[in-house]
Parts: sequence; C-alpha cells; structure tokens
Amino acid sequence: MSLVYAGVLSHAPGITGRADLAKNTGLRDEFYAALDQQRQEIEASGAEALIVVAAEHFANFFMNNMPAYCIGIGDRYEGPIEDPDWLKIAKTSVPGAGDLAAKITREVMHTVDVAYAEEWKFDHGIMVPLNFLTPQYDLPIIPVNINCQGPPLTPLPRAWAFGEALRGACDSVPEKVAIVGTGGISHWPATPDSGKINEAWDRDFLDRLMRNDRAALMDYDDEETYQEAGQGGFEIRTFITIAAAAGGLGELQFYTAELPIFAVGCTVAKFSLDSAS
Amino acid sequence: MSLYNTQKFLYELNRDEATQARYRADLEALIGGFDLTGEESNALREGDIGLLYVLGVNGQILMHYAAFLGIEWFDYLDQMRAGIEKYGPVRAGVYAMTGGGDSFTTEGKES
Repeated sequence: MSLVYAGVLSHAPGITGRADLAKNTGLRDEFYAALDQQRQEIEASGAEALIVVAAEHFANFFMNNMPAYCIGIGDRYEGPIEDPDWLKIAKTSVPGAGDLAAKITREVMHTVDVAYAEEWKFDHGIMVPLNFLTPQYDLPIIPVNINCQGPPLTPLPRAWAFGEALRGACDSVPEKVAIVGTGGISHWPATPDSGKINEAWDRDFLDRLMRNDRAALMDYDDEETYQEAGQGGFEIRTFITIAAAAGGLGELQFYTAELPIFAVGCTVAKFSLDSAS
Repeated sequence: MSLYNTQKFLYELNRDEATQARYRADLEALIGGFDLTGEESNALREGDIGLLYVLGVNGQILMHYAAFLGIEWFDYLDQMRAGIEKYGPVRAGVYAMTGGGDSFTTEGKES
C-alpha cells in the first residue's frame, strides 16, 4: 500500500488574504494550529508526493472545455493567479510529480475517464492549502480538479468512484502518496452573501463524512444543496472523493462557523486508511 | 446577452499576465476582440462590478477581477449589493440571488 495519509481542509482565499480582519483571533489561530498539525501529520507519513483534490474556480478551465475531473501531470506549476497582495501569498513555482502523476492517471483511467494537463496555474483553491501544508513548497504536488462551479456537475456517485480509483492508483505505485481534499461545505463565496454559513447543514454533512457513510453521503441532490448550502456547497464533491479514497473513519480535528470573514466553515479532518474497496 | 463571452474575457484577464498587459495598454482593443453587447462592453470598460454581478458573472471570476482592479473586499461586496439595487436581480448564470444581499460578515471596513 502506498497511500499514507488522507485528509480534508478548507481553502477559502480569506483564510490568508483576510487574516488580519478576523475579529476572533484566538479561534483563527486555533484553526491555523490545526492546519499546522495536518502539515506535521503529512510530513510524518513520509509522503513523497501530495495529491490535492481541489475545486475548479476558472483558473485553468472554462466552459469551452470543462473537464469533470482533471489530473495535473506537469513537473512544475505556477501560482497564485490572484494578486499576491490580495491573497497574501507570493507568486511562486511549485514542484510537480509528472511521472508519478502520469502513472496514477493511467491507472485511474481503467475505471474513470479523466482529463489530464501538463499546464496548470494554481489559484487560492490549491495555494491556500499549500501555504499551510508545504510552506517551503518542497513537496511535489499532483493537482486534481473536480468541476464544482460550472453545471452540469459530476454526480456524487461518480465523485465517490473517482476517489476509489485514486486509491487504487496510489496503491499501485511504490511511492508513498498523501492525499487531501479541499473545498467548502455550505458557503456562498464571492457573492453578496459571503460570510453566510449554514452550520447545522455543515455539521450534519461532517457527521456523515466522519462516519464515512457512503449511502448518507450520496443522499444529496444539487438543487437541495444549492438552497441549503449555496453554490459553494457543490464542493462537497472534493471531501466525498477523499472519504472514498481513504475507506476508513474520519476524525474531525477542527470546525468552526465563527470566522465569517473567511466565508466558509473552517474545517480540518483526517481519515484512517482502510483497505481499498 | 453574451454572458459566456463576458466571462471568457474575465477568465483570460484573471489568469494571463499577457492579457493583463494588453488590458492596461489598450483596453478598447482587448474588448473589441470579444463579441459583447454595448452594456457588457461598458461594464468591462468601467469596471462595474455591480452590473457584472447582475449580468450573471460567476463570483469566482468576478472576485479575482475585483482584486485585479484593486477593489478592497468589503467594497467588492458593497458594489455587488449596489448593483442589485441599481440594476435589479441577477439576470442569468449559475446564481440568481442566493439571499437578500445582507451582510453575513461580523467584521467590517473599520476592522
């Protein structure tokens, strides 16, 4: 087995870009500490590469050719695309893991059709996680995108199948691989409703996620999610993919809905790695 | 309405530094390369965040454009709200209004 770590975390741009505006600095710093704990756990796993399953934000793909799933197979990536002063993350070059990513892509293709890309520009959806998880940018990254913005969106059972395929692919290579999923739960990002969070909806979802209850996780439809959790709620696909890849129970390490300036319920969790199903 | 083209303009501007240079050097020529209505062209010419939101531009695209224009976060939210006030509800795109445009952020500009 070569998958050595699986976890999830939030990625909203405010987490870095509006850090100074958070009123509850104690809670903000607890969140940052949980992210640093996640960094330490990934390092302790001995991971030689990190797969980041993120949500497409129109940094790389547009509706002229929008993949449901895409895996980055490049050797280097650039980011962030955003104004660095706005995101408060400097523009940098991030190492990829092209050969490993290509092997993983080939394996995934046995069960799930994916797009792949040798060019990829990271936006906040990947740069914010990397800012905390590999602050020196010294761990090779395999970026993965799921279209969560531009309907038609991939059905949830396909996101689950994609997670299982990623797990099988990771277990087929000798390298030690860590995987994180990064998305929001309920949120209304970049709209006038930014900062709105449906905490009850979030906690119910997280309960299903930590139990790794496939049937309960599949029991959402996008219309209901949109009403209760906003457009940002479509990003549960990234978390569901990780649950499927991990196979084991989750452990919620941090959650708060009390940092609205970050415009998302801030989440950090990890999963035990049961045998791939 | 050509929301697709308006968003494509902003998508390319947001992610491509060469397009950003063209924007600064000759905005009219850049706008002329896209099939846009007069209203859409004016919104892009003037950086009218409120109108672009009402026209249906996705927030992930609009947020990055606002940052490119140097618009502060709370001003960005206010400009979308002002757009709803001035132009009416969101006309197209993934979101019609998801709420009343109230502030859900306890922090404010004074923070």
